[in-house]
Amino acid sequence: MQSKTLGWILLAPTLLILFFFGVLPFIYVVFVSFHQWNPFAVDPEMVFNGADNFRQIVFDPAFLNSIGVTVLFVLFAVVSELILGYVLAQAFMRDFPGKAIFRTIHTLPLIMAPIIVGSVWKLMTTPSIGIIPKFLDDWFGITMNIATSAPAAFATVVIMDIWHWTPLVTLTLIAALVSLPSDPFEQAQIDGANKRQIFWHITLPMIAPAVVATVFIRLMDALRTVDEVWMLTGGGPGSATRFVGVHIFKEVFPKTNYGYGSTISVVVLYLTIVACWLLYVTMLAPRSKKD
Amino acid sequence: MKKQSPIIGIVFWSLVSVLTLFPIYWLFVISVKPAVQLFSTPELILSDPYWGNYAKVWGDRLLRSYMLNSVIISTGNAVLCTVLGFFACYALSRFNMSGKESIFFWTITNRMAPPAVFLLPLFLLMTQVYAVGDWNLLDTRIGMILVYCTFNLPFAIWTLRPTLDGIPKELDEAAYVDGASAWKVITEIVFPLCRPGLAVTLILTWVFAWNEYLLAATLTNFNARTLTTGLSEYVTSTGTEWGIMATISVFTLIPALIVFGLVQKHIVAGLTFGAVKG
Repeated sequence: MQSKTLGWILLAPTLLILFFFGVLPFIYVVFVSFHQWNPFAVDPEMVFNGADNFRQIVFDPAFLNSIGVTVLFVLFAVVSELILGYVLAQAFMRDFPGKAIFRTIHTLPLIMAPIIVGSVWKLMTTPSIGIIPKFLDDWFGITMNIATSAPAAFATVVIMDIWHWTPLVTLTLIAALVSLPSDPFEQAQIDGANKRQIFWHITLPMIAPAVVATVFIRLMDALRTVDEVWMLTGGGPGSATRFVGVHIFKEVFPKTNYGYGSTISVVVLYLTIVACWLLYVTMLAPRSKKD
Repeated sequence: MKKQSPIIGIVFWSLVSVLTLFPIYWLFVISVKPAVQLFSTPELILSDPYWGNYAKVWGDRLLRSYMLNSVIISTGNAVLCTVLGFFACYALSRFNMSGKESIFFWTITNRMAPPAVFLLPLFLLMTQVYAVGDWNLLDTRIGMILVYCTFNLPFAIWTLRPTLDGIPKELDEAAYVDGASAWKVITEIVFPLCRPGLAVTLILTWVFAWNEYLLAATLTNFNARTLTTGLSEYVTSTGTEWGIMATISVFTLIPALIVFGLVQKHIVAGLTFGAVKG
């Protein structure tokens, strides 16, 4: 094989861009996280306060609450997306008339901007002008008000996320299912395995890398999401949908608490990296090594 | 697999499609309502569409320039990320460089950063550090193309890596033995084999860039403003012009739809984020 120099030359542009637009801002954020600072004040002075921000974060109920809400959100949304995505991917494995059209329709939400998705769902669910509360009231006598009811707002955000991101899961799982060899399935059928056994012992282990990869990317994006939720609920009512991304946004802009907002970001980024790294080394990396 | 009546499939998919399409249909309904009708009781069926919003949006020169910016920025960014991602993945997959697996994982951490606090350092860097004389990167298309790399380049690398790992090394080695240059091997042998993966990467990075809002809203004022930020200009202190907003949203959807439609069939073949094909 050739000299490693060529490898570094090929990698260099990527490393440079990520250094100038990823690492340098990150260093700045870490620096600010040790300060108390409101850059929007008349006299914006950075006051060094050591590890105070980090000490504060451990006992900050608002922050801990946002972590809790985010974890719940990720659990509900990602699990539903996986189940739904798998069912739909399996359904796409069969042939039926109009399959190409249905697949195109199913992937449409994927191309919509989060900010637009947030606006549409807001328009559909806002009491008195939205079609969904009206429908629920007319047909089932249920009152739904996402501006006042925390469970309703949370459920709406979860459903919106499922609507928006299930197509990505479906596509990833179709890609995995298409590439499966057929021999193990035929062998299992000859051996008299039932559908459930085939799923748990053959299909699932074989598509596991794709499933983990999907969880990975959805987890990563759910932890930094702002636009959609901000547009739909603004994090409310109360703190029902105040996910970490939204929490940081609120800390930095409306509350102009930039130093503390940076601290939260550093901690959240650290937690995200640890969670994703664990997922990666335990589930993804060993499998690719084997190849 | 058992043979099944096609009717069940069609019924099932029609139901799924209705649920999928409804929010998009509703967006359209809002876009053809005059402002006064918005706050009346919602009706499911569209009657008497009003095209005023469309005329207004189409006639708005500013929005047309935003649209052009969006096209240039997302296309530039998608091409840049796919090409650089391809080179990076070739390096990671073919050379025994020290620490390459750490570098691979590190790239994706750039995508994990919560965006809100990164806006200010990016703003400062672009106005004060990445500047030559009077010119600086803020509010330029090239600036936005580079900034979007922070989330799209890692994604491209992670989507392309399995594709490149899946191409046997023996293939390049054979070509080297035959006396081909590295450039020739990369561009004429490996590149064409990666086509499905490259298509998926291109389209998904394009869509992510096209849809980005927060960075564009902070790092552009006028010259490089994109369509998604144009949307938010209709959320004002006196109330939101939902009709106009919905109309711009429809306009935002169309190019994405066209690009997506073009590569539909490649999507499934190349979508293997971080995972290796079985």
